[in-house]
Amino acid sequence: MAEFALPKHSKIVKGIDYPINSGAENTKKINVYRWSPDDDENPRIDSYTIDLDQCGPMVLDALIKIKQEIDSSLTFRRSCREGICGSCSMNIDGTNTLACLKSIDDVKGDINIYPLPHMEVIKDLVPDLSKAYEQLTSVKPWLQSKSDPEKGKSRKQSPKEREKIDGLWECVLCFSCSTSCPSYWWNGDKYLGPAVLLQAYRWIADSRDENTEQRLEELEDSFKLYRCHTIMNCTKTCPKGLNPAKAIGEIKKLQLERR
Amino acid sequence: MQSKSHGVVHWKLQRISAIAMIPLIIWFVSSLVFSLINGYDQSINWLQSPLNATGMVLLFGTLYFHAASGLQVVVEDYVHNEGLKIMSLILIKLLSVLLGVLSILCVLKIYL
Repeated sequence: MAEFALPKHSKIVKGIDYPINSGAENTKKINVYRWSPDDDENPRIDSYTIDLDQCGPMVLDALIKIKQEIDSSLTFRRSCREGICGSCSMNIDGTNTLACLKSIDDVKGDINIYPLPHMEVIKDLVPDLSKAYEQLTSVKPWLQSKSDPEKGKSRKQSPKEREKIDGLWECVLCFSCSTSCPSYWWNGDKYLGPAVLLQAYRWIADSRDENTEQRLEELEDSFKLYRCHTIMNCTKTCPKGLNPAKAIGEIKKLQLERR
Repeated sequence: MQSKSHGVVHWKLQRISAIAMIPLIIWFVSSLVFSLINGYDQSINWLQSPLNATGMVLLFGTLYFHAASGLQVVVEDYVHNEGLKIMSLILIKLLSVLLGVLSILCVLKIYL
């Protein structure tokens, strides 16, 4: 059966409390999930109280501040700090999002930060995304075409055709959506998940790609595609405001038309 | 049971049976209210009309088909032990056929 309770060694315990020493008035408590592969300890929640007057506006700023000033062992992924690289996806205040796009002011009370749900944890806030990347590779997320473009010219696409991939190309592959999807939690080994299916549709919808039929054929599977039960968590959580559920719906529509 | 080519067929049939049940259920519930008001003998009378008997047979057929395909999805989602999964799927199919045939025979017994 699907496991609904955490295994014993995954139960989260209370961790270290780092109170603020100075007389700062504008403070915020940030509770962060910590787990290290180097010891046999259970995961724990460490609490850091920081001075917001000495911190940037976003949750990522707070994490960087903690790492630099309080606890250098805190581990998380980050790179561009402006919502383009998709590295700093994590569960903040109960919702998967990018730490660099989530404003500290948007969270009332303490900020609770966990890694993306239901993924193996490498350390602290760093989840193991290697299986998700394998699934992404399986849908061949690149342009496939037998014909060559005119010599020295790029492949032509009308503005109307180009519009069809709006809302798809913007995906930064942070996997916030896939890891918010209960279907992906229970069957993530076989179900491709919203992030990968949105990528698949991005190439199906692209007028320059000539492998549409083959792409659809490969997705016509009761597990790869049809584990989507239109729960819509993916669309609700997407930090870029995209709609993976709609992309999946479009693939299902095309499957129907093929038959 | 979860063969590759059956994704779209299963999905389509599940939706068609769901849509078909909207008028059937509305009709059935309103008829039920009618029989509650008019009593046993009138209900038997009601079921002896060919139109009503046809409706009931269609309703039972669609209902058990839809229930079986919905339960199949639930089992595929949550039961990860391969043996247990196949057993549950077979049991669901057998039970729904059994109950479906039984229900339809009951309708026919009254109708004929």
